[in-house]
Amino acid sequence: MSSYRTRMGDGRVVELTEAELRADLEAGTQDAAERGGIPPLNEEELGFLFELFACPYRVVGVEPGHEVVLTDDGSVNALYGAQSSSGTGVPVDRETAIRVYERAMGFDTMELGHADYSFKAVRPIVALEQQAMEGTLQSTIVPMFYGGMPNMALYARPDGPFPNPADLLPEGRIDEAREAQEQAGERVTRDMVFVAAKMAEIGTDGINFDTTASAGDVEFLATLRAVERVALDTDLAIEVGMAAEFVLGMHGEVEYRGTRLAGLYPHEQVTLVAEAGAHVFGPVVNTNTRRSTPWNVARAVTFVKACVEAATIPVHANVGNGVGGVPLTETPPLDMVTRAGVAMVEIARIDGL
Amino acid sequence: MPVAHSVASGMGGIRAAGDLVARMQLHRKMRLPEAKRYVAERLGVRSVDLSDEVLMRELREELDIGVVTSVPGCAKGLEAKWRIADLLGVEIQCVERFKRKVGV
Repeated sequence: MSSYRTRMGDGRVVELTEAELRADLEAGTQDAAERGGIPPLNEEELGFLFELFACPYRVVGVEPGHEVVLTDDGSVNALYGAQSSSGTGVPVDRETAIRVYERAMGFDTMELGHADYSFKAVRPIVALEQQAMEGTLQSTIVPMFYGGMPNMALYARPDGPFPNPADLLPEGRIDEAREAQEQAGERVTRDMVFVAAKMAEIGTDGINFDTTASAGDVEFLATLRAVERVALDTDLAIEVGMAAEFVLGMHGEVEYRGTRLAGLYPHEQVTLVAEAGAHVFGPVVNTNTRRSTPWNVARAVTFVKACVEAATIPVHANVGNGVGGVPLTETPPLDMVTRAGVAMVEIARIDGL
Repeated sequence: MPVAHSVASGMGGIRAAGDLVARMQLHRKMRLPEAKRYVAERLGVRSVDLSDEVLMRELREELDIGVVTSVPGCAKGLEAKWRIADLLGVEIQCVERFKRKVGV
């Protein structure tokens, strides 16, 4: 009986029979369909995925003419950063690294971000970030984003001024936890809008609100409010990238324009992000390390396809370490990264990656 | 990993016309097929040609909108973006700022 070499969601090699591969693809799409209340992939789409994973070649690519636009959160951190950013520790400054990405790696857009990558950390040093961006804008051709994370957890004690909901919730102090999050959310919006305005002042092309809702529904609300303000007050293009497939209900009751935010999946998130005024949405679907990559890719593509169909703005799917079907491992394997990307392009019909 | 996506699925940036298609997504919220059609019409090529690095290398030099190799005299940085703004019919904010600074 023939078998196919693929990988688990943690990156380790596994051999699947044809029946096992087909069963994993079917189970992955069904899992997404049931959780999201969305259609599963059809037979033709599952057949495409089977051929994609049965293909023995190490690297695969999209059909000519199907190429998509690339945006990248953190971007050059991968060159100069450390292990926590999947960085390789190359001694190169950000502005030089951006030129390398633009001219040597063929990136469609680029992003400047602080090593901490949080708007809270950037606020007191924003003038330095503006100067770095000014120099970059003068020397580059591709559209330039400034990127960072709302990272609402930084506003809770001991790192910030507000009570920590992670301490209050286990004690049953629900109302206090909710109030602390609402207060922190206002600060998050304030810092995001402040940094965005400073970047707009100097002619930046766009702002990337990345890893949105990492601290749950209030952080998502804070980001949507920031998007509204930035869209109203600046000419910046706004990208909103998510932290996870599902908005955690750390508060549970907050709404945006009448929609409860807790529990929303990508096809629902994109509608609100577009209503707020964003230009690009980056959905996330998390990788399950205990399932195979075919299972994870089928599942991720099912969610993202529904998101693309619901969207009125470009959708740039997150297909990075541990998301979008890519294995969660420090060295994401090229065979699975390219298969996840191709599946997103050819089946989900994304506008970008 | 970003390099893997660039090779397998990306439009090629300034090696081809990826930066131009990206601009239409960012300036006008155009979905990918619409953005490609718009840029292709402005350049007088087919959508499929936008990621052909051989064709676009020559066309970019002819239009003087910045090329990926280092060619003395070709438009670079802000110079290229000024020409791209005119070509695509969009306002690029750093170009507008530069115009204000030099009194154009």
